Amino acid sequence: MPPEITSPDISSLVILIAAIFTSNILLANFLGMCSFLACSKQINTSLGLGVAVIFVMTATTAINYGVYYGLLVPMGLEFLGFIIFIAIIAAFVQFVEMFVERFSQGLYHALGIFLPLITVNCAILGAALFMIIRKYDFMQSLLFGFGAGVGWALAILLIAGLRKKMGYSIVPQAFQGVSIVMIITGIMAMAFMGFAGMVRIQ
Amino acid sequence: MSNAPVACGACQTGGICGGKGMATFKEGVWANNPISIQVLGICSALAVTSKLENSLVMGVALIFVCVGSNLFISLLRKSIPRKIRMIAEVAIIATFVILFDQILKAFYWPMSLQLGPYVGLIITNCIVMGRAEAFALQNPPLVSVVDGLANGLGYAAVLGAIGAFRELLGSGSIFGVTMLSETWYVKNQLMILAPGAFIVLGFLIALFNALNAKKDSNDAKPAGGH
Repeated sequence: MPPEITSPDISSLVILIAAIFTSNILLANFLGMCSFLACSKQINTSLGLGVAVIFVMTATTAINYGVYYGLLVPMGLEFLGFIIFIAIIAAFVQFVEMFVERFSQGLYHALGIFLPLITVNCAILGAALFMIIRKYDFMQSLLFGFGAGVGWALAILLIAGLRKKMGYSIVPQAFQGVSIVMIITGIMAMAFMGFAGMVRIQ
Repeated sequence: MSNAPVACGACQTGGICGGKGMATFKEGVWANNPISIQVLGICSALAVTSKLENSLVMGVALIFVCVGSNLFISLLRKSIPRKIRMIAEVAIIATFVILFDQILKAFYWPMSLQLGPYVGLIITNCIVMGRAEAFALQNPPLVSVVDGLANGLGYAAVLGAIGAFRELLGSGSIFGVTMLSETWYVKNQLMILAPGAFIVLGFLIALFNALNAKKDSNDAKPAGGH
């Protein structure tokens, strides 16, 4: 039987824009912080990770949508959602890794090392959970997953650039490392949230 | 053993926790605090700390999951094949997270709504996974439980501190009770929004860095003899 959910009445495109800018999954929802702090030292690294996150997040959000509403909801097993989502994400990442290794050595060397990191990136699981909590329909979920990925990639790229530039500044000793990155992230979050009242995400 | 610091009796005699109980506990709560020293699991430390109550519920959730998963992973540590240990750990952790989530939904629904996806996200919280990988896989059950408890408490303490600070400055209250009267205090909305969380945690880590640097230089002076 088809699931009975009332999706929010927002155009999918609005959700896409909101997910990238005003409700950025990193800057407004704090997801994916671990890899954000660890991999934002080099612009190249963060670009590679960003692209991998966009791809995996879009695909797993779509798969998770199908499994949740096609399998779990009809069988009344919604509480298993967490474990199924994380299993799907892990399996998908493993599959993509094998696929890329087999068919494109160049891409494998560029992206390969980032793929295992993505399984434990909480932004990916977070996107799936937000999709359920906000009751998105399929199109909204797909564009939300894509937008959240793009937003995350954008944030990590910007910070990588800032950290590179910061190499020329003298930071007080106690603030060096994670501390100053948190503070500049906070300032960047203000800029991103400046337009928060204009679009609705849920 | 003669000049060891006074600890719980059981640990002193090398009994149930193999003499490592107190050291493990201190390590987790202070010396190697998961958030302020190791900078792990900060997603939730930022996300749920706009109110003190939410922070404490999240702290309890992490203690529950960390203790439970450490216990079971430690019990199973000899029978989990090395190659699939990650997925086994995730399955055990996810089970405890689901348990807590269901309990929260059944008895404390408004809080479950407020915490939103962040309870579920404990599964990918690096602290739980990190303790399972780094500690429970190599140590017997009881001391693993102590380790889980200590790390959970360390996490909860930092979360509580951030939560209290942000709620006090952002809403002028603690546990929803007004502390700073609106007649003379203008609420700082920034503190309850996302940027405030980043900035407060940034300063908190800087504070810990400064304290540790001071302690290190004090420790180094008598030993270094310069």
